[in-house]
Amino acid sequence: MLYHIKVLVYLKDGVLDTQGKAVLGTLHRMNYTELKDIRIGKYLQLWIEAPDKETAKKRVVEMCSDLLVNDLIEDYSIEVDDIS
Amino acid sequence: MNYKTVGLRKEEYLAIKKMLGREPNESELRILGVMWSEHCSYKSTRSILKMFNSEGKHVIQGPGENAGIVDIGGGWAAAFKVESHNHPSAVEPYQGAATGVGGIIRDILAVGAWPTACLDGLFFGKTPNNSTLSLIEGVVAGIGGYGNAVGVPTVGGKTFFDDSYEGNPLVNAMCVGTVHQESVITSRTAKVGQWVVLLGSRTGRDGIAGAAFASTELAEDTKSSKPQVQIGDPFVEKLLIECCHELLKDKLIASMQDMGAAGITSSASEIAAKSGTGIHIYAEKVPTREANMTPWEIALSESQERMLLIIEPDNFDKVKKCAEKWLLECALIGEITSDKRFRITNHGETVVDLPAEMVGGGCPVIDWPSQKPAYLENIKVEKKYEVPQERFKELFLSVLTDPNVRDKSWIYEQYDHMVQTNTVAGPGNPVSVIRIKENGTFLALSMDCDPWSCWLDPYNGGAESFLKAARPLWACGAEVLGMTDCLNYPSPESPENYWVLKESVRGLAQAAKDLECPVVSGNVSLYNESPGKKILPSPLVGIVGLLRDLDTFLPSGRMEAKDILFLVGPEKGSLAGSLFQRIMDGTIQGKPTPYDADLERKFKERAIKTSKEKCCSSVRVIGSGGLAISIAKECIFAQKGARINIAPELLKRPEFLFGEGRPRAIYSVKPSMVSLFESIWRDFGLLKIGTVIEDHTLDISGLANFTLQEILGCWRG
Amino acid sequence: MRAYVVVFPGSNCDRDVVHSLATRLKTPVLTLWYEENHLPSDADLVVLPGGFSYGDYLRCGAMAATAPILQGIKNYAENGGLVLGICNGFQILTEARLLPGALLANKNLKFICRQCTVRVERTDTPFTSNLQIGQVLKMPIAHHEGLYFLPPEDLKRVLANRQVVFRYCSNDGTVDEENNPNGSIENIAGVVNERGNVLGLMPHPERASEKILGSEDGGLIWDSVALWLAKRGRR
Repeated sequence: MLYHIKVLVYLKDGVLDTQGKAVLGTLHRMNYTELKDIRIGKYLQLWIEAPDKETAKKRVVEMCSDLLVNDLIEDYSIEVDDIS
Repeated sequence: MNYKTVGLRKEEYLAIKKMLGREPNESELRILGVMWSEHCSYKSTRSILKMFNSEGKHVIQGPGENAGIVDIGGGWAAAFKVESHNHPSAVEPYQGAATGVGGIIRDILAVGAWPTACLDGLFFGKTPNNSTLSLIEGVVAGIGGYGNAVGVPTVGGKTFFDDSYEGNPLVNAMCVGTVHQESVITSRTAKVGQWVVLLGSRTGRDGIAGAAFASTELAEDTKSSKPQVQIGDPFVEKLLIECCHELLKDKLIASMQDMGAAGITSSASEIAAKSGTGIHIYAEKVPTREANMTPWEIALSESQERMLLIIEPDNFDKVKKCAEKWLLECALIGEITSDKRFRITNHGETVVDLPAEMVGGGCPVIDWPSQKPAYLENIKVEKKYEVPQERFKELFLSVLTDPNVRDKSWIYEQYDHMVQTNTVAGPGNPVSVIRIKENGTFLALSMDCDPWSCWLDPYNGGAESFLKAARPLWACGAEVLGMTDCLNYPSPESPENYWVLKESVRGLAQAAKDLECPVVSGNVSLYNESPGKKILPSPLVGIVGLLRDLDTFLPSGRMEAKDILFLVGPEKGSLAGSLFQRIMDGTIQGKPTPYDADLERKFKERAIKTSKEKCCSSVRVIGSGGLAISIAKECIFAQKGARINIAPELLKRPEFLFGEGRPRAIYSVKPSMVSLFESIWRDFGLLKIGTVIEDHTLDISGLANFTLQEILGCWRG
Repeated sequence: MRAYVVVFPGSNCDRDVVHSLATRLKTPVLTLWYEENHLPSDADLVVLPGGFSYGDYLRCGAMAATAPILQGIKNYAENGGLVLGICNGFQILTEARLLPGALLANKNLKFICRQCTVRVERTDTPFTSNLQIGQVLKMPIAHHEGLYFLPPEDLKRVLANRQVVFRYCSNDGTVDEENNPNGSIENIAGVVNERGNVLGLMPHPERASEKILGSEDGGLIWDSVALWLAKRGRR
């Protein structure tokens, strides 16, 4: 079965987000002064063949551990859709 | 659809019908629409370009191939060319600039050379509004993002600010590479029976009909132009460079073309036309990355990072293995035939069948009507300028802080200018110097242009554009080998524009010829305008010179305490078209000093002699901003002060301190070598102007006193 | 001594390192392809050079860190072999967890290429054995992701173990914010592992080993390695 997996990768709390800081400054200059903070992450979409939802998720977790996420500085969340 | 939809003129359509003896089909019409566009065919300028002299004792390859090639000794050669990517950069600054860099690097690769350095000519609007700032940021980030990743150092360039470029920026990318003379690849050597191989990225719909897009003016709403911009992948380009060089080393490539404007079509038809053969492309064999691409889309796609290789069939397996090693796609997509036709079939069905020579070379030349513009009469008014003493300091600093003269490290620190460990003199210097490990020599590179002079006096402005790039090379002691040019102009369809284009090229060609600099490659970009606005005439010149060793290389920014400072050349420069005038009046007028071949020759001779005699610590040719700025820059770069002592009558004349044009330079002469120096320059024009001091102050006698900190602070901003 | 320089798809500075090492130390230097499973048994020094391996895509050095050769490098390091990661090489070593920390985007979010000065913080490593504490080396940087980051616990440990080898400083050796080009924590420009045989640094020694290029200070690191090896019988 084909599964569509959405992975959000974001910086752990306490890790400097230089990109977020710069964007915050720019938005403030553009008069969005009500914005308190912004942190920037990544959105990954994977399409994976698996016998069931649990296997699909398990494989993606392994991919995150092996390559997609640097667990020193990043955390992530996974959402699985199946494409029936 | 008809010929108008693809951008062809009626005359061109009729010429096509005559050459074919029939109606072109839809795919053929689309292909000719792109190949006969201005950007691909040079139809408006082919006759003008004939004015250039391309012969010279160091020339190995003149215009007509992917790059010009000059002899640099020891069996080695330098390949170089400059190309424009103006319209795409206006629409998508980062990708437009990035793919411009990618494209010129592939041109150098296509002649078998290893890309060793890049330079960039950038022309932007002067007013620092949001759209200009974000454009500049995007272009600089794009050049850096691509060049840095590919591992080719960006070692110099020219950045020019004037409001005529607002909305119509110019991004000209130049690349220099090295190649052994026996390993040069040309497009003339394809033989019947050889195979056509596509190496690199898959083909998508990027930039479909982009070449035609570059030949039209930008629409009011540039957002609607967005889908036609290509996306670059410098990682794949790096792999392409490595793979091609491995194939070249093993002599597995018979001929090669990069795929730039009009993709497979232009590269394939060019090889066939130049080699006197035919070529047959099987559209279904081209690896695509988008579904349902039509054959004409495949033929015209401008997907980046692809090379067309012509190989002996026996070598295909080795070529494929090398491609796999470098993670590249490699597909057999056609063969060289004997019928002198450019043919594309799709699953056996003929889609395109045209004479090979017609595709790239058949477009009739256009001789647009030309008329001397009326404005040239009105601006001849000479104006007298006075600089009252109280205003001098303020004026001096406003010239120093002008973006055209100001510190550009905010740009070039975003470029890796050191990778390949050959950069002896990098960005920020008037001349860039790179080491050539292959034969122990050094190349001296310069790039310049003079749009304001071209506006006031096209012929002399064209000459001055060449001279501004040449003088620093002579002064540093380099032997000029050849030049490349990028002719950036508005629409040729206005008679006044066409006249200016012709005249400025005439001046450029004359000066280059008189001073023995062959034009070995180049590019033309027309239609740089948008409703109500057009660019200044901007012929960009890139020159390559040779230094056999660093022994007689005379740098800038190295004046030493106790040196004597001299001005050589005519005492006064010209204020017409100068930065000083621009700042004082907000406009330019008058007539710049006319080009004087004899004077320039005398300067060149003496400058080269001076470097050979090793009697000076430093030299700086007077450029934008005039003598005052040259002195300030020497102080800044050498981290030394100067005491300037000049007769008050001279100091009063702004032509002396702020005049530009004409062969003038300041030399920092070692005290024990002054009489030798004087003997070289005495009969040309020589004025002692002061001494270099350890103290960090610039003292211009009777006029103003600055601290180095003050000057540096203003200049750096 | 025998030095090897690893080449990944996208490495740019491999030839530069080979040239610099070979010229300075007059010793043979060869390259190693990233797909090799084992390191040659005669390797005295393995260098991971700068560049844009895998285009810097996903995260700098992330994909190169999964290359086959990294297993060989890990074994080699475990056995005490000398490993040096320069710029992208440093990034690869942190991703491969051979060195602590991570390299994030520069504070100003731009690529920075310029000459730089670093202060030598530790001299009992093979790479700095011939230098003095406080010595200032002039070497250029050229990177977009050079901000060295450690979570607070890791920072404590790294400092306690004296793993910091170079810090960004002024021309006269002052370590302060003004002379920190990219926002690295504690101005850290280079670190070693706990054992001291794996060094990663962001500045490029190979760009500072010849006079005509502006500095020979990088060559002093090569000299230190050669001397350290010579003392142990490997010339």
